[in-house]
Amino acid sequence: MKENTKINWPINILVAIGTLIILFPLYMALTIALKDPQQMSQSLFGLPTKWRFDNFANAIEVTNFFQAFRNSALVTTATVVLTLLTNSMVAYAIGRNMERSKFFKGLYFYFVSAMFIPFPIIMLPIVKLTASLHMTNLVGLTILHTVYALAFNVFVYVGYIRSIPVALEEAATVDGASTWGTFWRIIFPLMAPINATVGILVCLSTYNDFLLPLIIVSDQDMYTLPLVQYIFQGQFNTDYNLAFASYLLAMLPMIVIYLFAQKWIISGVTRGSVK
Amino acid sequence: MSKRMSTYYWMTIPAVLLFFLFLTLPAIQGVYYSFTNYNGFGKTYDFIWFRNYINLFTDNVVGDAYWFTIKFAVVVTIFVNVFSLLIALGLNASIKFRNFFRGIYFLPNILSVLIVGYIFNYLFSNVFTVWGQSLGINALSTNILGNENLAWIGVVIVAVWQSIALNTILYLAGLQTISKDMYEASSLDGAGKWREFWSITFPLIAPFFTINMVLAMKNALMVFDQIVALTNGGPGRATQSISFLIYTGGFEGGEFAYQSANSVIYFIVIAVISILQIRFLQRREMDM
Repeated sequence: MKENTKINWPINILVAIGTLIILFPLYMALTIALKDPQQMSQSLFGLPTKWRFDNFANAIEVTNFFQAFRNSALVTTATVVLTLLTNSMVAYAIGRNMERSKFFKGLYFYFVSAMFIPFPIIMLPIVKLTASLHMTNLVGLTILHTVYALAFNVFVYVGYIRSIPVALEEAATVDGASTWGTFWRIIFPLMAPINATVGILVCLSTYNDFLLPLIIVSDQDMYTLPLVQYIFQGQFNTDYNLAFASYLLAMLPMIVIYLFAQKWIISGVTRGSVK
Repeated sequence: MSKRMSTYYWMTIPAVLLFFLFLTLPAIQGVYYSFTNYNGFGKTYDFIWFRNYINLFTDNVVGDAYWFTIKFAVVVTIFVNVFSLLIALGLNASIKFRNFFRGIYFLPNILSVLIVGYIFNYLFSNVFTVWGQSLGINALSTNILGNENLAWIGVVIVAVWQSIALNTILYLAGLQTISKDMYEASSLDGAGKWREFWSITFPLIAPFFTINMVLAMKNALMVFDQIVALTNGGPGRATQSISFLIYTGGFEGGEFAYQSANSVIYFIVIAVISILQIRFLQRREMDM
């Protein structure tokens, strides 16, 4: 391979220039978050002459950042854990029985066909339902995210489970293991790669979700990070330095995770979408 | 029933019940309310059967929302796929720092759509206008989000900027499935780059083209967060998407039943477009 890799410089330069289009808005966000209005009027595009970390301190205080962060982190973590444990189990029961049982075959199509249902069709009734069940809180958000994830995850998991040879389970059965024990001790560990994919996708979509918290959550103490940015638009008004500091803080946790787990995230998302 | 089978049933039944309660039931309720004149908060309502549906088809507000959403989705799908494919081809060429560049192109995918919208909102009003003025381009020297005829293009730009990330990575995954031998055979035949792309590369990544077209189209048809962050449906109703209209009309406008009918139509539109797309693109895959 190595000997005929001649670097294609024109394309290399074009690819590099293209990244500027991706980075420019983020560069602007970062510099504005570190400037004050006076520096902005002197130079809109330049680096800050004096770094104003006060903007971040103010944003933390005004938006009650740590509370929103805690809410987002709780919902995201709980949803990821609950989704991995429950969705994989449901898909296992379906994947191992859909060939011989009409019931499980029917379940497969029941879950998977929901991928075509656009959220707005259930948006209006779900607000009434969650209110009557007292689910307008973080627990409600977690449950709804987990349940809605089933449609896509059953599809992804079943495809994977059917590629795992049944022989392993049969051996365990001979040794007297229950179906329950077989799943948790033998199959679930084997599903690690697909669990990583599902976990990453669920983490991204839950953390960044705006519409579901917007319609479900009414108590200000329960606001998640995207919701806080929406609610505080009025207060940010024309104080762009404060607003951008707040935006960056909200995006920071995911960016930090991305910096460390970039390779995982990219391959996980690819595998999930190509399924 | 054997103990083994009953365990399998117990693994699924709680999920089925919850799925029915939180997805199927609300969907049925939505269809039910669409035949009434329920306003969302009152105690009583009457059945008006298909009146909501008949009104939908003569309502300009609804018509405009469909026109905006479909126009937006088609344009976004085309641009996203063209740019993603070009970037993926670039990343797949023999270049230095490929993983670094790939990491940057994928970055927008992990960011909140709403917050990206807010950042661009500022850029449109305070940065692009400065460029427009200094370059003497009239269309850019005022905020295009405030222009009734151009605002939709602003939303397109933001959606394309962010959606490219996922589609690029998927095209790149497709390109990496093609072995080098295929190209070597063709360069011996003296085929140019352009012909090489259309007769070798593109047919081989056809399944990825299908996925990307369907994903981009479906996401664009659901556009909501960008509208909230950029235009709030304005100026006037120029950028009111279908899901935004269902949200504002249903929750704030007292049109619970009417917007339920709208969402039933919306569901049918999305399902039909997705199925047609998959059918058409898969037939093309076969031909190639």
